[in-house]
This record gives sequence, C-alpha cells and structure tokens, in this order.
Amino acid sequence: MPEIRNFTLNFGPVHPAAHGVLRLVLEMDGEVIERADPHIGLLHRGTEKLAESKIYNQAIGYMDRLDYVSMMCNEHGYVMALEKMLNIEVPIRAQYIRVMFDEITRILNHLLWLGAHALDVGAMTMFLYAFREREDLMDVYEAVSGARLHATYYRPGGVYRDLPDTMPLYEKSRWHSDADIIRLNANRGGSVLDFLDDFTTRFPSYVDEYETLLTDNRIWKQRLVDVGIVSPERALQLGLTGAMLRGSGVEWDLRKKQPYEVYDKLDFDIPVGTNGDSYDRYLVRVEEMRQSNKIIKQCVDWLNKNPGPVILDDYKVAPPPRESMKSDMEALIHHFKLSTEGYCLPEGEAYAAVEHPKGEFGCYIVSDGANKPYRLKIRAPGFAHMSAMDELTKGHMLADVVTIIGTMDIVFGEVDR
Amino acid sequence: MGKNTSPMIEALQAELATSLSSKVIKSDIAFNELTIEVPAADLLEVALLLRDKHGFDQLIDLCGVDYLSYGESEWDADVSGFSRGVKNTDDIFNFDAKPEKEKNVNDDFEAGRRFAVVIHLLSVKNNKRLRVKTFCEDNDAPMMDSVHGVWNVANWFEREAFDLFGIIFVNHPDLRRILTDYGFVGHPFRKDFPLVGQVEMRYDEELKRVVYEPVSIEPRVLVPRVIRASEGTRDVTEADN
Repeated sequence: MPEIRNFTLNFGPVHPAAHGVLRLVLEMDGEVIERADPHIGLLHRGTEKLAESKIYNQAIGYMDRLDYVSMMCNEHGYVMALEKMLNIEVPIRAQYIRVMFDEITRILNHLLWLGAHALDVGAMTMFLYAFREREDLMDVYEAVSGARLHATYYRPGGVYRDLPDTMPLYEKSRWHSDADIIRLNANRGGSVLDFLDDFTTRFPSYVDEYETLLTDNRIWKQRLVDVGIVSPERALQLGLTGAMLRGSGVEWDLRKKQPYEVYDKLDFDIPVGTNGDSYDRYLVRVEEMRQSNKIIKQCVDWLNKNPGPVILDDYKVAPPPRESMKSDMEALIHHFKLSTEGYCLPEGEAYAAVEHPKGEFGCYIVSDGANKPYRLKIRAPGFAHMSAMDELTKGHMLADVVTIIGTMDIVFGEVDR
Repeated sequence: MGKNTSPMIEALQAELATSLSSKVIKSDIAFNELTIEVPAADLLEVALLLRDKHGFDQLIDLCGVDYLSYGESEWDADVSGFSRGVKNTDDIFNFDAKPEKEKNVNDDFEAGRRFAVVIHLLSVKNNKRLRVKTFCEDNDAPMMDSVHGVWNVANWFEREAFDLFGIIFVNHPDLRRILTDYGFVGHPFRKDFPLVGQVEMRYDEELKRVVYEPVSIEPRVLVPRVIRASEGTRDVTEADN
C-alpha cells in the first residue's frame, strides 16, 4: 500500500487562472479539496481611507479602479449615494445615458468574464471573440469620456457631458491599409448613438456565436454542470448577489425590485437559474447580455428623440458650462469654489446600491457635514462571493477550483479595494 | 427613489418598535432609510429576531466606523475672504508637532461612542432594507458579539472590521487579518492612524532582503476639511461679500 497523506497546495498569487492576485491555500486529500483558504488583500490600496482625505468629486476616479472591468457601474453606486444625500434629481436625459452606459458596462463585464472563464476551462477561441466586441464598446467609452477604461464620466447631478455627434475614426497606419480603413469606419460615420444602434443589431448574432461554441459543447458541460452548486437558502446566507444569486433560482434584481434611474420605464426580463451550478450561472449571464442589449436599444431610441440637459443646473454641485466660465465672473467663481473646496454634504448617513454586473454594489457614506466623506464604505459584491469560496470548493477536484473562480466573476480591484 | 419617506419604511419602524421595544435605543428615518441603534449586549438577540421574525434573510454589509474626529474641521469657515488661509496660525497643518506618545487619544473622548459596527440588512422576501448600528462599549478594547452564526457572510466582513479598526468579534470562528499585509501592525482605518502609514518597505541591496523603515514622506493636506454652518451647499457670492 502506498502511503496516502494530505497536503497543502499554494495556488497563486500569480497563477493565470487566479484572475489577478488571489492566493489560495488549499488543503487537499489527494486531488480533492478539503479546505480552501483564500488570502486576499494583495491589491489593497485603502480606497476608502484615501477618499476620506479628498473632496467628494475627486473620489469618483477611485471608483473606476475598484472593479476595473465594470467602471461606470461603480461610479454609479457612488454618485447615487451622493445624490441621495444632496437631495438632487438628475435630468431625465442623464438618467437614460446612465442606464445605457450601465448596460454597456454589463456587456463589457460579461464579455470579459465569458472570455476569461472559457479560457480557464480550456476554450481559447472565446477570449478572442469576446475581445472583438469589447473593442467596439470601449470605443464608445472613449468617445464620451476620452478614456477606454477609467472614464470618470458620471458626476453627482448627471454625467460629465452630452453624447458626442461623431465617433472617432480609424486612420491609415502601418497596420491598417486603405481597404481596412473603409471596412473599419463603415459604421462610424454617424453619431455615437448611430454606432450603438448598429452594435445592438449586430450583437445578438455574436451572442449566438458564443452559444454555438459553448452551450451544447460536451467539454464545457462536463466542466461546468454540477460544479459549485449553491442552494437558494445558502446563497442568501452566504451573501451572494447578482448572477450568483439568480443562478440559484432567487428572483432578485435591484433593477426590477428597487428600480433606480429609469429602469422602471424599460422593458427587460430577469433570467433565473434552477440548479445553482456553474452552468446555470453561465446561462444566466449570457441571457443578461441579450437583455442588456435590449435595454441599450431602448435607450438609444429614446436618446435620439429627446435632447435636453445632461447635468443639473445647480452650480453648487455641478460646474457651469465652459462657455459661461469664459465670460461670466460668477460662473468662474462657482467653478473655482467647486474644484477647490467642493461642496458639503448634510450631516447624516446614506447607503445607495446599484445592480452591478457582479451583484449588489453599494456605497455607504457617513458625513459630518464636511466637504469630504467622514467614512466611505464600499460594499463590493466580489468580497462576499470570495468568502463563499471555501464552501463552494469543498469536496471538488483541484481542476474545479478554476471553474469556481471563473463562475464567481472575481476581480481583485473590488475585493481588495 | 422617492424623496419623501415611504409609508413602507414608517410601517417597518413601527413594527420594529413593538417587537424589539426596549432593545432599540434610537430609531431614525433619514434619506428614506431606517436606522436602528441597538446596545452591544443585545445585538445577537436582535439579529436573530430580525432574521427569523422580520424576514431579513440577507446581510448585505457589515463595517466599522471610528467616530474619533467626527465633526472636526481643518479650516475655520466662519472667517471669510482670502485671509482665512494666511491667518491660520494654530498648529493644524503642523505635522511635526506630534502629540505626546503617552497620551491616550480616548481620554478626551466620550466613553462607548468611538467605535461603531454598522450592519446593512436586506430582506429579499419583503423587499426591505434596514441599517443596524451598535457602539462598542469600550473605546480602548472595542468588542462585539459576532453575528456569523446568524448570517454566515459576516465571517469576512467581521475579519475586515477587525483588521481595519481592531474591533474584536467574540465567538468569531477565525478572526485573522484579511486585507493588510502579513505581519502588519496597527489598524489602518482608525482616525488616529496616519494616511501615509507608519512604515515603508524597500529592497536592501546589502542585506539582500526587503526591509521596513519608518515612513520618509510627510503627510500633507491638499484640500482642508470644511464644515459649513448652513447645510449642504451655500451661496458663494453671498458669503464672500
């Protein structure tokens, strides 16, 4: 008889399947996991403490860097908490723009998740497919904010500026010939909304492509079905939110249950799983992409028809237009005061949450009446999901750990904050 | 989001007032959110009641708050004009003047009001939210009952609050540091912990290893904290004239 003993395996922090900087200490019996102890914090930057020494608006940029694959949704949670305390109403056009970008962000996030998850499990092609579509959406990010990732586009009172009339065009270079330029710029002749409109007609067929590759794929199903099962009761106990909770069959989505912005005016459905395994969560997220596409389409149609202001006309919170700053002394003073001292929030505390692509993302702000937060707590969905790691992996094989990390959609920027 | 208090929340407040009665010290509605304050000794009992009787099946968030410098301003907002910046002679910005080490920061502070644990609850069943706030009785050694047994997700949230604020959760199954480095000293989110930290780390060529040294950078304030007398925003032109 060979000697059988338990051993401890150190997984990460620089393992490609660890999605960043996860260090997992696995106690294993042969190839079966007995206990998983995630060591997090390798990307801890103290965002919440840093925000305490900055005026409110300067912390918006930190939000992008939390979950760095769903940037604008993080900003949304933060500015919503500010708006709640300032008691301001966002112009309707800004609400539509926010909802549209929330859904663009959801697709961006799910595409990265799908690509990376499939890559971890062994399907290389998905990653390339997913990044092809991400490119289009990141160009939209760039068109409105100037940045492909860290946008800082949402502001308390609205969004930084209205949607531009033109899309950036490709130029001829060593990598792109004249024929390439014509092909690449074919759908970029109009405004950002025209480009998005074109995207929404193309996207469903792309999702079909992903599903052709994965949904009935034998290997994909062997790796995902019945891996990491969570019952609805346990999902609630473990604090799972978003697709992790819906995959277990709990019908809970803040966009429907506690609607914010204009979600109550839009038509979309909430997909729910039945078994609570990784495969169900995959199906839920793929369907969410289709629903997001539907929401974007509705927002594009509305925004095309309804021009209007995109930021509040209150210069104590939002800066005056650039043109008036050049000619009007008072506007200049407002801008100066706003960017140096900022604005003060009334004393009190508030929590605002959005349905982030990963789950419930919330910001809890304690204000003592100053121009900086007294305490800012960021409720990141990934943190609660990560804490369920031990329970989900127990009894599974080592290779399933990779599937479970993938199905959780972990991004360390938000787990470690 | 309705700007006015919804009747649902008022109903919840009344419901909690009858069922928890004396265990609720304070119950406020602000920004359309209900906050109840519970004494530390009753937290566990209240948590069980909230979960089983009131349907709060999910703990969304648990965090610590340090109230040490609550309401302190770095800039005297009563004085108007540009002289404010020049006039400031007290040693607010003088970081060389360190307080004497022996003095305990808690001495001047009201007992049992420094560290709070704030729990955000969600009822998926009834679609309701609730904030439960509990102050630790001892400022020097803040302690609190763990709610891990009531909502399992509290495990990591409590580890985080312990790591960042030094709040000890009694009966927690595995109270270790979580976010800070292995071998970290201190609790970084306390208000008496400097933003720049205590130590910095570099690789020493001679010793051939990583060494820790006291921080060499100086803390500085880019924008001072200001608390205006009037709530929220104010009229700049009026106040400056």
